[in-house]
Amino acid sequence: MANFHLEAKDVNVWFGARHVLKNVNLQFPENQVTALIGPSGCGKSTFIRTLNRMHELIPGAGFAGEVLLDGKDIYGEAVDPVDVRIKIGMVFQKPNPFPTMSIKENVISGLKLSGISRPDAGDLVEQSLVRASMWNEVKDRLNDPAISLSGGQQQRLCIARSLAMDPDVLLMDEPCSALDPGSTRRIEETILELKESMTIVIVTHNMQQAQRISDRTAFFLAEDNTPGHVVEFGETQQIFYGPIDPRTNEYVNGRFG
Amino acid sequence: MSVPTQRKLLAKPARTADKIFFAVAKAAGYSSFVIIGLILFFLSIRAWPAFERQNILEFAFGTGWDNTLDPAVFNIGPMLWGSLLIAAIGVVIAVPMAISIAYFIEFLAPKPIAKTATVIVDLLAAIPSVVLGLWGLGVFTPVGAHWAQMLGDALGGFIPFLSNDTGTYLRSPFIASIVVAVMIVPLISSVTREIFSQVDKEIIKGALALGGTRESVLRRVILPTSAGGILGGVLLALGRAMGETVAIFFVLNLVFDEYNWFNLLEPQGGAIASLILARFGEATPEEVEALLAAGVVLFVITLIINAIASYIVQKAQPWRRD
Ligand SMILES: Nc1ncnc2c1ncn2[C@@H]1O[C@H](COP(=O)(O)OP(=O)(O)OP(=O)(O)O)[C@@H](O)[C@H]1O
Ligand SMILES: [Mg+2]
Repeated sequence: MANFHLEAKDVNVWFGARHVLKNVNLQFPENQVTALIGPSGCGKSTFIRTLNRMHELIPGAGFAGEVLLDGKDIYGEAVDPVDVRIKIGMVFQKPNPFPTMSIKENVISGLKLSGISRPDAGDLVEQSLVRASMWNEVKDRLNDPAISLSGGQQQRLCIARSLAMDPDVLLMDEPCSALDPGSTRRIEETILELKESMTIVIVTHNMQQAQRISDRTAFFLAEDNTPGHVVEFGETQQIFYGPIDPRTNEYVNGRFG
Repeated sequence: MSVPTQRKLLAKPARTADKIFFAVAKAAGYSSFVIIGLILFFLSIRAWPAFERQNILEFAFGTGWDNTLDPAVFNIGPMLWGSLLIAAIGVVIAVPMAISIAYFIEFLAPKPIAKTATVIVDLLAAIPSVVLGLWGLGVFTPVGAHWAQMLGDALGGFIPFLSNDTGTYLRSPFIASIVVAVMIVPLISSVTREIFSQVDKEIIKGALALGGTRESVLRRVILPTSAGGILGGVLLALGRAMGETVAIFFVLNLVFDEYNWFNLLEPQGGAIASLILARFGEATPEEVEALLAAGVVLFVITLIINAIASYIVQKAQPWRRD
């Protein structure tokens, strides 16, 4: 049974001549949260960007392997990267709401940007903000500029903005690393609610966070100028309490990285 | 419970070096107002007799310029309108080109090409306008007249802007506008490129990750964030276009007696700066005063346009306030 929602097969990445990721094989089952952990510079961000074809926007980026969404290669000849990014949303480390748009406009910005029209755009604003658990905070100020929100609110707005596209998969690259503990906790609660309806991949440096929210965890490592690769991948409980590889054990117990 | 009284806070520089720097910067800042004021003041004094002889509105909007009549007639209406028309059409042609060039350099071109293109564009911005005028006269006019004729033949029948029954397509506002556009494209694109390079790359990534295409990201994210800065560049360019003298003088027929409101392809038009250049050499003393008065009008109009534009920028960008 190889029926995973999203699957990376032998993913390799180069920047120019530099090989930074080697033969990454990971499977992301539906309605599960998968955490990617590992020391700085091991290629987590690089890998997660290959999952929605944001990778190819970097000058000099090279790629080999396959990424399958519902069994279909998103790098296929006939596939439009824009369609891939509509189905596979992404939330970044630094909140990046559009500064010229209001809160409301930010939520539906994806529809405008990708040229999709929805008759229920009005409901969509409320629905998306509810799913990102911030509707009550902002419902009276929907027309205020998005940058008048706090950092944590901006990040949840960015999540709402992705949710408005109704993605199948949500990729998050250290979404809480710029936020306070309160905002972090709220985003974690949101993630746990969202996984009922989608597949989530999250990069995190916070071991407690990985344990709180993820079902499976992949440990990346790039040793001594070798390309990054996956050392160990399995159930989160197993990675943290019964790691097979000694390097995983050292990392999750905070002995390096 | 009572609150202690507010204390005096140190807002002024305390150290000597800082004090000197502060004073110099302040002087330089205020001197710009003073200089503008002085220029306007002395121009106006020299031009005053012209304003005394006739109503300023008649001077600015009336027609005819002739020092052989008695009394002489000095009105700049068609020149003023021509300046605005040529500058406006020039800007309309130049802005899309300049933005495309800036977009290409900043977001599409590979590094070495982008660097070379940047240098070339900045060099183009530095071409003296007399050289551009000569190019306009010697090289572009025949080509431009040919284009104009094709446009006129094809569309002149239904689009009034493009109708022309004078039989010649030379020395028209159309040709002058294109020469002006060539002159200001590098200026606008140089400013725009700089503004584009300062757009936060994170929000561009965010837009692409939401399924944005190059076109929609440019239109909905990059342009709105850079609109204020681009408008600043356009204003600089508009100032240069309105004040352009030699280049327009070479490629445009100045017609003083009647307004050419919109017949872009006909060989008649106007430009205040070119009027001044054309007449100054053999001007009678009275005429010199009128030419200075024309300068005052040009100056004031340029100031007004700038004021309106900065008001628009402020209105259009609530997030930039404070
Ligand atoms: N745009 C780029 N051009 C060239 N090399 C890059 C680029 N982005 C990343 N790299 C290199 O690829 C490797 C992996 O970087 P990446 O950002 O994926 O690491 P990371 O695991 O996300 O680290 P962190 O935890 O610090 O975010 C690094 O050695 C980095 O120098
Ligand atoms: Mg990273």
